[in-house]
Amino acid sequence: MLKQIEGSRAMAEAIAMCRPEVVCAYPITPQTHIVEGLGEMVRMGDLKNCEFINVESEFGALSVAIGASAAGARAYTATASQGLLFMAEAVYNASGLGLPIVMTLGNRAIGAPINIWNDHSDAMSMCDAGWMQLFAETNQEAVDLHIQAFRLAEELSMPVMVCVDGFILTHAVECVDIPDPADVDAFLPPYEPVQVLDPRQPVSIGAMVGPDAFTEVRYLQHYKQTLALRLIPDLAAEFEARFGRNSGGLLRTYRTEDAEMLIVAMGSVNGTIKDTVDAMRADGLPVGLVTLVSFRPFPTEALRDVLIRAKHVVVVEKSFAVGMGGQLANNVGLALRNTAAPRVHSVVAGLGGRAITRPSLERVFRQAWVQPWEGAHFLDLNHDIIAKELHRVRKVRRSGPTAENILRHLSQQARHTAAD
Amino acid sequence: MFQIRIHGRGGQGVVTAAEMLAVSAFLEGEHAQAFPSFGSERMGAPVVSFCRIDDHEIRLREPILEPDALIVQDPTLFKAIDVFQGLRPDGYLLVNTNKSLAELGLAGIAAKLPAGHARAVPASELALKHVNRPVPNAALLGAFAALTAIVNLHSVAAAIREAFPGKVGEANVAAATAAYETLASTPAAA
Repeated sequence: MLKQIEGSRAMAEAIAMCRPEVVCAYPITPQTHIVEGLGEMVRMGDLKNCEFINVESEFGALSVAIGASAAGARAYTATASQGLLFMAEAVYNASGLGLPIVMTLGNRAIGAPINIWNDHSDAMSMCDAGWMQLFAETNQEAVDLHIQAFRLAEELSMPVMVCVDGFILTHAVECVDIPDPADVDAFLPPYEPVQVLDPRQPVSIGAMVGPDAFTEVRYLQHYKQTLALRLIPDLAAEFEARFGRNSGGLLRTYRTEDAEMLIVAMGSVNGTIKDTVDAMRADGLPVGLVTLVSFRPFPTEALRDVLIRAKHVVVVEKSFAVGMGGQLANNVGLALRNTAAPRVHSVVAGLGGRAITRPSLERVFRQAWVQPWEGAHFLDLNHDIIAKELHRVRKVRRSGPTAENILRHLSQQARHTAAD
Repeated sequence: MFQIRIHGRGGQGVVTAAEMLAVSAFLEGEHAQAFPSFGSERMGAPVVSFCRIDDHEIRLREPILEPDALIVQDPTLFKAIDVFQGLRPDGYLLVNTNKSLAELGLAGIAAKLPAGHARAVPASELALKHVNRPVPNAALLGAFAALTAIVNLHSVAAAIREAFPGKVGEANVAAATAAYETLASTPAAA
């Protein structure tokens, strides 16, 4: 049924249709509305056979989900930013133990400086923790990915993070086709655990493993993600057959035919990039877009097959590893390793919620064509303020805290603009 | 695509206004997208929300930089921030005030827009009368329907009822209807 609905509410309704048996909740902006919605549904009796547990921290949230999942329950939780960091140890445990928990990540920057707005730093901080990571482009896809995520997680007995841009998606009210619960039931059978803590058939889960077997356990974790490279497209195809929508998969292409330049991006910025691609195509520039849905597993082959035909690849990402560069650009570069590859250009954009606009995107895409750069390009970086701060820091030893200094420069700049 | 930016202060229902506007457009079969200025909402602080309406799927996720219409829920904002940034030359301006636009010093801005595109409406006053609270958002949406015809009063009323079921919704629908009639019945020079 078509609804004009807040993204978080739509996701809560979809997650409820997946019949989670345990939902652990600890509030952190911007994912809070999702678990609030689920809590309300449990209280009102709309979501039956579900225990909604308010925990004391994010570490508690995922630890309770781990316990619930090991006891054979379909378990769900959600978090963001520092919340994900606080549960970091449990994030590795969930995947290491092979427990099919689904967790929504309302993507948000990581402090310091403290910032509640959207970027992908949180997802990237745990991208190698053994979870699968799927990124939603729209709230429709966020709904659809949650339904696919429970299937994916349970078929492989591995946890899945559904990454949803904080505020941009979680707080946007837009049209979403909310699935029929009967269709969700048909797509997602009841959870049949591969391992369960059952007093009638006692087992232990979480053995200490020494050098003689640790590599093998790790290898099998990796092997499952290679299986996911086939399962994810299969589930997307099955989903489309039942629900009539192309959602999920490893990646999607947009106007890639004859494209000399291909953009690669994840999440909600793909919509703005599509509008930019249309404008540039109208100017006769052969540009296309590859929307990466699955970051883990990383679809190396599928991506290479698409990108290899281009001359330029521009990676737009909302995160970067300090001292190294954009993680997505690095991963894309690896996918093109040992090929007569297109040139990869890295653009870091939208950090801490900075708006990514069409004019800025078009400018940097055009620049990649004629005046390529080395390393990461920081979109819309305020060079004036950087120069002022670097100059000040060189002059005095006790130059003070960076964030406060930058804010002071910014307000001075605003006053000058107002005076003009 | 028609893009609306709503300015107000925390507690005035700025975000809810954009959401109800999006629901109104949805009820008329349009595509709509509403979103807040992300995060800094608190009581009394300047707040911005956005709404896009189109007959095609809306993919754009940038903030609205060049609005076709501005709704200003609090006239004290004109001194605090540049509300008019990016307003299109053929755009609309709707201000919640019981004064005239000239009294607010907005005659010059209004003169730059097409005739009849800039209007004042005493939305807080109408809300006090009908809802017993000076929350101007619903009344302003009624006035917006009269000013632009981008959405009609019927769908605005339905969206208000969806957001606020029961008595509160009916009271807000009465405020929206009164604001609609105020604008529809008075000359554009108001």
